Amino acid sequence: MDIQLKRGLLDVCVLAAIKNEDSYGYKIIKDMKPYIELSESTLYTILKRLENAEMLTVWTAEHGGRLRKYYRITDIGRKRIEEFKSEWKEIVSIYNFVAKEDGSDD
Amino acid sequence: MTKIQFMLTLNEKLSDMPKNEIEERLTFYSEMIEDRMEEGLTEEEAVAAVGDVDEIARSIMAESAVSSAEEEPQSKEKTVKRLKGWVIVLLILGIPVWVSLILAAFVVGLSIYISAWAILISLWACFGVLAVGSPYLLVLGIVQIISSHTITGIALIGASLACAGITVFAFYGCLALSKQIIRLTVWSFKRIARLFSKKEVA
Repeated sequence: MDIQLKRGLLDVCVLAAIKNEDSYGYKIIKDMKPYIELSESTLYTILKRLENAEMLTVWTAEHGGRLRKYYRITDIGRKRIEEFKSEWKEIVSIYNFVAKEDGSDD
Repeated sequence: MTKIQFMLTLNEKLSDMPKNEIEERLTFYSEMIEDRMEEGLTEEEAVAAVGDVDEIARSIMAESAVSSAEEEPQSKEKTVKRLKGWVIVLLILGIPVWVSLILAAFVVGLSIYISAWAILISLWACFGVLAVGSPYLLVLGIVQIISSHTITGIALIGASLACAGITVFAFYGCLALSKQIIRLTVWSFKRIARLFSKKEVA
């Protein structure tokens, strides 16, 4: 898949994984597993990028005698999900056009 | 491979990267391994599930080369960085230990503090008993003298005067002790507050 496109999609996937409740690294990977396989280093980069874009915030909590980082979605992050949803219609129509030019029926 | 081996190897392979970035990455992987172990995997399995160290290090280096191409690390600092890298690994691995140590120290401190207040309260209670007892004994003594038990009466009045004397001493003693404990409270709150504000600055 095109790297730019994939990067954008993964960003939204991670935002969706934390949109209902705050989550931590391993849980995000587990929650996404049925849909998309994500490696730790990829997740780290995405989380860092989203944090820099202020789409999520990080907080630390004590868990079982150690520290664990939790990620919380911000309003900007929620807006990004909504944007993606509305962009999707456009993407589908582009796909339909491309598939037609291809001469295939699916 | 154990968790320590994994962390040390990764630290070694990333040693060209900025110190704080290495620390953040190692913390991230440490958490991943711990979370897998919590789910029932053994240490070896958890480390294996995270992936091959060499591959991880290679992909991290490739990534950070793209994102921080403009930041040239200074070769002079390299040896210092590597030494500090060991400290980073030890600190991260030690988190479970020192989190509980800090908690234990805090609880011990708190219980000593509560005991100090308990002692103070009982001392004030003694003072209260003496303060009430002294006039009571005086009245009782006078009643005894009036009802012609002179010797008992004198003894009771004597006891009353003794109580009154001790009461005066006890009052100043308790007051001084209370002041000290309140001063200690203010001092420790200031210390704790300073500790937190320092952390925020750093």
